[in-house]
Amino acid sequence: MVSGKKKSHVGWIIAVILAIFWLLVAFVPFMFMVLTGFKEKLEVILGGALAFPKSFYLDNYLSIITDLSFWNYFKNSVIVLVLALFFLLLFAAFAAYPLSRFQFKGRGFMYFLIVACMSIPIHVTMIPVFQMSISTHLYDTIWILIPTAVAFAMPISVFIMTGFMQGIPKELEESADIDGCGRYKRFFRIILPLSTPGLSTLAIYNGVNIWNEFIFAFTLTQSEKNRTLPLALWNYQGQYSSNTAMIMACLTLSVLPMIIMFSILQDKLVKGMMAGAVKG
Amino acid sequence: MNNETLASRRQRSTTICAYVFLIPVIALMVIFLFYPIVQTFINSFTSWNGISANKTFNGLYNWNKLIHDGDFWKAFLNNIKIMVLSLVIQMPIGILLATFLDTGGRKYNFFKIIWFLPLLMSSVAVGYLFHYVLATNGGIISGISQLFGGGVVDLLGSQKLALYAVIGVICWQFIPFYMVYYMAGYSSISEDLYEAAAIDGSTRTQYIWRIALPMLIPTIKSAVVMSVVGSLKYFDLVYVMTNGGPGTSTELMATYMYKNSFVTYNMGYGSAIAAGMFILITAIATIIMRVMNSGGDD
Repeated sequence: MVSGKKKSHVGWIIAVILAIFWLLVAFVPFMFMVLTGFKEKLEVILGGALAFPKSFYLDNYLSIITDLSFWNYFKNSVIVLVLALFFLLLFAAFAAYPLSRFQFKGRGFMYFLIVACMSIPIHVTMIPVFQMSISTHLYDTIWILIPTAVAFAMPISVFIMTGFMQGIPKELEESADIDGCGRYKRFFRIILPLSTPGLSTLAIYNGVNIWNEFIFAFTLTQSEKNRTLPLALWNYQGQYSSNTAMIMACLTLSVLPMIIMFSILQDKLVKGMMAGAVKG
Repeated sequence: MNNETLASRRQRSTTICAYVFLIPVIALMVIFLFYPIVQTFINSFTSWNGISANKTFNGLYNWNKLIHDGDFWKAFLNNIKIMVLSLVIQMPIGILLATFLDTGGRKYNFFKIIWFLPLLMSSVAVGYLFHYVLATNGGIISGISQLFGGGVVDLLGSQKLALYAVIGVICWQFIPFYMVYYMAGYSSISEDLYEAAAIDGSTRTQYIWRIALPMLIPTIKSAVVMSVVGSLKYFDLVYVMTNGGPGTSTELMATYMYKNSFVTYNMGYGSAIAAGMFILITAIATIIMRVMNSGGDD
């Protein structure tokens, strides 16, 4: 980087000190969570909050991992994530294609309508959605969580995808048009494959949100066997509220998949979040 | 066959094709967004427990109640406090962190990774984590206080301080988000600009103040709008961390709506709260956007 030379030294040192301070603020709660998970129930109360565990006590983690209901929550979360992401990406790409590349009546209005939905608070839809889930007999199944996740992530996804598809050169499609390739075929043969980078950032951005979704899972499901991982925390909290170590172990395990994903994808994940962030 | 009909026929097939591609999104939005919003407004004029088919029309009763409901306005005020303090705390720190990473370059990647961590946790997990971090018994804050000879600090148990503790946690969770947001803003500024400024003898500090920050203004504006809308609809974190308590000291519009609808099953009134929330959020967001857009010519 060119930046090194002309930085004023004193200023930069102060900046680094502040940066380290923020590092502690961000990290200490994490450390507390992971370390406490390794403590025994009484050790949490007797030893200091930030003391290192005396011996790495594994029973908290083990008893959660060997608990079948934990894996059931996990399984539900994975099913919802995979199916919701599939439909979300497909439909968002469907919608973004004409919005970004066609001239047609009502295009501006449709785009406005979809983008305007980005700031709708979920709560204004909650009671009717709850009602619908009961009348369609989807209440208390994981299946209701899929269309709701897709619908609520749709506005921002269409927004991001439209921006992405605008960047694909027109010439590619035009030459295919001359060769007699129809619009539907062009979408699947040309546009969709070229949109893979956009789709992958979209998948990351929405994946984190869907994995962590709480409010619909909380109101639309009831029985333990049909709930997702964020609700596992809710249930464990009810069960072990006085056992801090157990709760912390559970929290650590719920964040673990995200941390593993982050350590593999790192920059991609940050970029995915950035894609969600860039809007005008 | 003349050219015009051919062109118009082609145009018509384009339009049809466009709407075919839009069908799934339109259907989803009608079913899960538009219809529920209309239905919520209709329900707000009824008395209804949500379970029985017995929905009785009671005119403006719920709305009248809402307007005179001190608890709702207390909750609204709490949302406003969160909104203001989020802006005051999150925006500057977010910009500072992003500026640091933008200036420091790849060497400081380690900082970026750690700073990013809170963003990976769900709001529920953050809520529980801080429920214990702030606990009097074995919590971090109390632990530090005791280490220096102080007593236990019961932030979440205090009517006065609980809301500020909640705001602190919200900042902890969302500052990384705005950091990433501003990093995106910085990354869209061309590196050439810095080089040109450097050739003209400008220091990094001058570059940041005179060139980079002014160019970041559009990003800041949209971040402000996002933060405002987000602050007005917070739910998960507060619901699990304090459940609106102690008393009503951390009650928010969304938690109040949830309790009325799904805890006491007063869904008619719950709908009125939700509809009121919708109106307030839309109004405030519109005002903020107007103010923002009148401030500059972008």
